[in-house]
Amino acid sequence: MRTPLSWLRDYVDITMAPHELAHRLTFAGLEVEALQYVGLALPAGASAARHSGLAWERDKIVVAHITQVDAHPDAERLVLVRLYDGEREHTVLTGAPNLFAYKGSGPLPTALRVAYAREGAQLYDGHKPGWELTRLKRAKIRGFDSYSMVCSEKELGISEEHEGVILFDADAPPAGTPLADYIGDVVFEIAITPNMARNASMLGVAREIAALTGTSVRLPWRSVPTRAAAQPMPQVQIAAPALNPRFTALLVEDVRVAPAPYWMQLRLRLAGMRSISNIVDITNYVMLETGQPLHAFDYAVLRRRAGSRPAPLITTRLPAPGETIATLDGAQRKLDDFTVLVADSAGALSIGGVMGGGESEVSAATEHVLLEAASWNFTNIRRTVQAQQLHSSQAGYRFSRGVHPAMAPLANLRAAALMQQLAGGSVSTELCDVYPQPVVAPVNRLPLAEVQRHLGMQIPAAEIVRILRALEFVVEDAGSTLVVTAPDHRLDIGTGAEGIADLVEEVARIYGYERMPETQISDTTPPQRANPALEHEERVRDLLAGLGMQEVITYRLTAPEREQRLLPPGVPVPAAHYVTLLNPVAAERVVLRRALLASVLEVAEANARFQQRLALFEIGPVFLPVAGAALPLEQRRLALVLWGPRAQSGWQAADAGAQDFFDLKGLVELLLESLRIEGVRFESAQHAALHPGRCAQVFGADPAVVLGTLGELHPQVSAAYSLAEHAALCADFDLEALLAATPARHATAPVPRFPAVVEDIALLVDEELSAARVQALIVQTGGAQLAQVQLFDVFRSAQLGAGRKSLAYRLSYQSGEKTLTDAEAAKLRNKIVRRLQQELGATLRDK
Amino acid sequence: MEQDFSIMEQAALAALRAIGDEAGLRAWQAAWLGKRSALALALAGLGQLPAAERPLAGQRANALRVQLEQAHAAHAAALRESGLAASLQAGALDVTLPGRPAARGRLHIATQTLRQICAIWAQMGFQIYRSRDVETEAYNFELLNIPPHHPARDMWDTFHTTTSGSLLRTHTSPGQIHAMREYAPEPIRVVLPGMCYRYEQITPRSEIQFNQVEGLAVGKGIRFTDLKGTLTDFARRMFGAQTRTRFRASYFPFTEPSAEMDVECFLCTGSGCVVCKQAGWLEILGCGMVHPKVLQNGGYDPAQYTGFAFGMGPERIAMLKYGIKDIRYFWGNDLRFLQQF
Ligand SMILES: [Zn+2]
Repeated sequence: MRTPLSWLRDYVDITMAPHELAHRLTFAGLEVEALQYVGLALPAGASAARHSGLAWERDKIVVAHITQVDAHPDAERLVLVRLYDGEREHTVLTGAPNLFAYKGSGPLPTALRVAYAREGAQLYDGHKPGWELTRLKRAKIRGFDSYSMVCSEKELGISEEHEGVILFDADAPPAGTPLADYIGDVVFEIAITPNMARNASMLGVAREIAALTGTSVRLPWRSVPTRAAAQPMPQVQIAAPALNPRFTALLVEDVRVAPAPYWMQLRLRLAGMRSISNIVDITNYVMLETGQPLHAFDYAVLRRRAGSRPAPLITTRLPAPGETIATLDGAQRKLDDFTVLVADSAGALSIGGVMGGGESEVSAATEHVLLEAASWNFTNIRRTVQAQQLHSSQAGYRFSRGVHPAMAPLANLRAAALMQQLAGGSVSTELCDVYPQPVVAPVNRLPLAEVQRHLGMQIPAAEIVRILRALEFVVEDAGSTLVVTAPDHRLDIGTGAEGIADLVEEVARIYGYERMPETQISDTTPPQRANPALEHEERVRDLLAGLGMQEVITYRLTAPEREQRLLPPGVPVPAAHYVTLLNPVAAERVVLRRALLASVLEVAEANARFQQRLALFEIGPVFLPVAGAALPLEQRRLALVLWGPRAQSGWQAADAGAQDFFDLKGLVELLLESLRIEGVRFESAQHAALHPGRCAQVFGADPAVVLGTLGELHPQVSAAYSLAEHAALCADFDLEALLAATPARHATAPVPRFPAVVEDIALLVDEELSAARVQALIVQTGGAQLAQVQLFDVFRSAQLGAGRKSLAYRLSYQSGEKTLTDAEAAKLRNKIVRRLQQELGATLRDK
Repeated sequence: MEQDFSIMEQAALAALRAIGDEAGLRAWQAAWLGKRSALALALAGLGQLPAAERPLAGQRANALRVQLEQAHAAHAAALRESGLAASLQAGALDVTLPGRPAARGRLHIATQTLRQICAIWAQMGFQIYRSRDVETEAYNFELLNIPPHHPARDMWDTFHTTTSGSLLRTHTSPGQIHAMREYAPEPIRVVLPGMCYRYEQITPRSEIQFNQVEGLAVGKGIRFTDLKGTLTDFARRMFGAQTRTRFRASYFPFTEPSAEMDVECFLCTGSGCVVCKQAGWLEILGCGMVHPKVLQNGGYDPAQYTGFAFGMGPERIAMLKYGIKDIRYFWGNDLRFLQQF
């Protein structure tokens, strides 16, 4: 919210420098995001990120009085202005259209008060877009000596306004007064948090300043001279009091619609609003001043619409089925079943609290104004603003955050008073006020000990009372407890524990967080718990990083088509349910992923262009909808991708061979071994994304639980990810199953005291026989004394014959009790070989 | 006799001096000190000398043997030394050639930062509590004192799912309710790390998913001054022992009073720079005393219990620390970025 300092000063005395005030407000929760200096000097060292503005040179930019406006002899769009700048007369050439009306009428009966820039003054260039500084230089224009200027708001950096020059009100100070002394200002750009709706107004901010600086506010409520209305007052009915708790209306008769005085236009523009006419400007002005939005109807239109009725009947109600309204922005709007309308007997007049209708709006011809100030249910207004896409509505903004019903008659009378003063209207004595369910002000008992319990320090009771009273709470001091009644502008104060927290916040905020000490928690330490799921997951990360793998973290949002890239062309897409977004931001991020591997392969795809080799992993959830459940299963998985040569190439010969299935398997084996998973078994398997002959499933001790799948990416899938240059090795693990199979602890074996007998045997077996079966039988037969079995060669040749292969094993025999003799080792070996021969048809090859 | 020994001595030493390798040394040893050497024969023939000459000749022969053995050892040592020197010289490398590339694995910078944050909190007694990414509207909003259509909802742009009432969590705060409901009425000190989602355009400054670390302390004596002290301690651990903090009043629906904590810019130590936009301070986290309704929803009686909560973004902290200009780098996973950490 744009908040001019000069406006705040109507309600509170401010002695501190603007940037200090901005700091105080920011720390109290009214964050001043930016300060625009209007004509005043910026503080030394002000950061350009938050401070902006043009300081008007005091000797060069002053108030001047125009005494005569003459036509230019040969330029129709220029006039010659005679003015006095407090020192001497000048003739100034200008094209300002709002001076043309005074052209050629001789000496003016009352001088026009303007902003005058003398030769050499620094101003913004009004003709260029944006904000470009320029200095006034002497020049010949159309035969006249031009060296100075009558200024527009844009040239002075006040607003974008450049239609004409500024024409001050008649009470402007004498010619020669430095302009900065007259209208110099600072505009605070304040971010209003949702809980501070009351501060979306000058009065609200002024009240905060009063509390912060130890002073008090001057409220703008004045008594207004009224008279009985010449016309019948309308009748008002509220059909849905929960949505429209209060509706007030005043009649202001015989107004003269005209431009608002300059001071009001200036304030509105500094606050970021446009000036339209005195009547509309007054409603906006009072809204900015008090936070209560108002609406002005042309009463003649309402009476015409009432037809034969003696007086208009105004009803606030929900729309009839199919009802629409033409709003003053020209749109024909469809309404929801929760949209509250202000209507009369002829139909809808406006969307309550959000936007007026086109037909009944105030025009230049309006004579009588019906002023509406109502209050509306804030959540319903928020829904309405969203449904109607009317986020720019200033009324909607305020009503959707909550405006207290007590504000309605106050603001209504305030606006009526201004209309009487500035538009010559007369105010009806009768105020229509329908308030079926008055809001009861919450009363809280605040023990001073509660302040201490929440804050950890004791703020003196007198200071607590002062702060609350400065914020207009009614405080009864009952010793150790305060009885606190919330003021009539606040809807955010609760009762009970919430009310206490609300009051403690007000005290803490205004007292200042900075003044509170820092302490250490002295409360009981909670019970400590292990978190094995997390600790093991982190261990897997560390192990994989230790094995040379790079962790990646991808978007958990994807699109089904992206995951279908895992399938080779022609493979039917299995039906898969996804957690689907109702409101995605992009077509490629519409669901939560089901396949972690697809995400990691995308990373591989993106990096393969720049990298020789890749070794990637990701740990994260996939999201599997569960039939009948609102929330999906979030299953943590681990995906691995290897690609490219075994070693990075340098200037020396390195292992440039491409990583293959067994590189990945070796890595997986080491990971499983490091996790001490028992009974690990790899079984040949099929997976649509993987090479049909190079794919395995991994099991632990439980044969029913697949821990994961690994293999070489199917060549067609590999090509789809532009990874065809090398084999891409992929693994996908159910991390939760993996961690469930990880024992909490494991036993250790003593370091052998006696040497091992090592010998190599080569076995000739059928090609179909898996190495795993051979090894399992060796291990089983060797028993405790067979310390180690290592397959060190797989060999095929014509000599061995087709369908045969040789497997060479290095066997280590070792005892914990003694050194084994060669004879004992030979006995063990013979037993193993015999078993292999009998059960697997293996024969021992001669060395 | 003596003459024979002198001749032998001179001849042997002369031959030794000419030797330049191990094989020569072995041959010389066989020739001059071996079983069939002249000296050995002379020693063996001592018995045939007249008895009067024997002691002197024996002494002389033994002295010569010792002398030759020492000369041999000295020459062998000299040869080894010069050989070593030569081989060291020959083995010299161009040490400016690049090393053989070693493959190193790394954790993602987001994981590294998360771990650093959580490790500090762990040392301060805050344990990790994780909860789900897809949440109910109730846990993400209502139970956190954010009713439907409340203006505070504007603070979070939410991804809703097609299942009514389910959404992608916009913060890890739902975990506060989960933790409280699990642990009530025990005191709580937890941190809640996790991925969160916001309905946003992906730009250099905004992301649709991001990590958050929230913290929660609940007990019968948790105070606002504790919040200040604890978070300041954290900031000093995270950003340096001299780091100053400041607390500004702010608003979050689930805390009251609420605050933003700024830390003194660790890049310019407060004097103003591009990163802190000349302010000298960086916005690091939001915090506050747990709102009584939230305590109640978690199963704690607000008349007896109080608590504080805070939340920070690890990616933002990493961006500030390392001068990362584009938040899209995190989930972009370009190794040329990730391998800088
Ligand atoms: Zn800085």
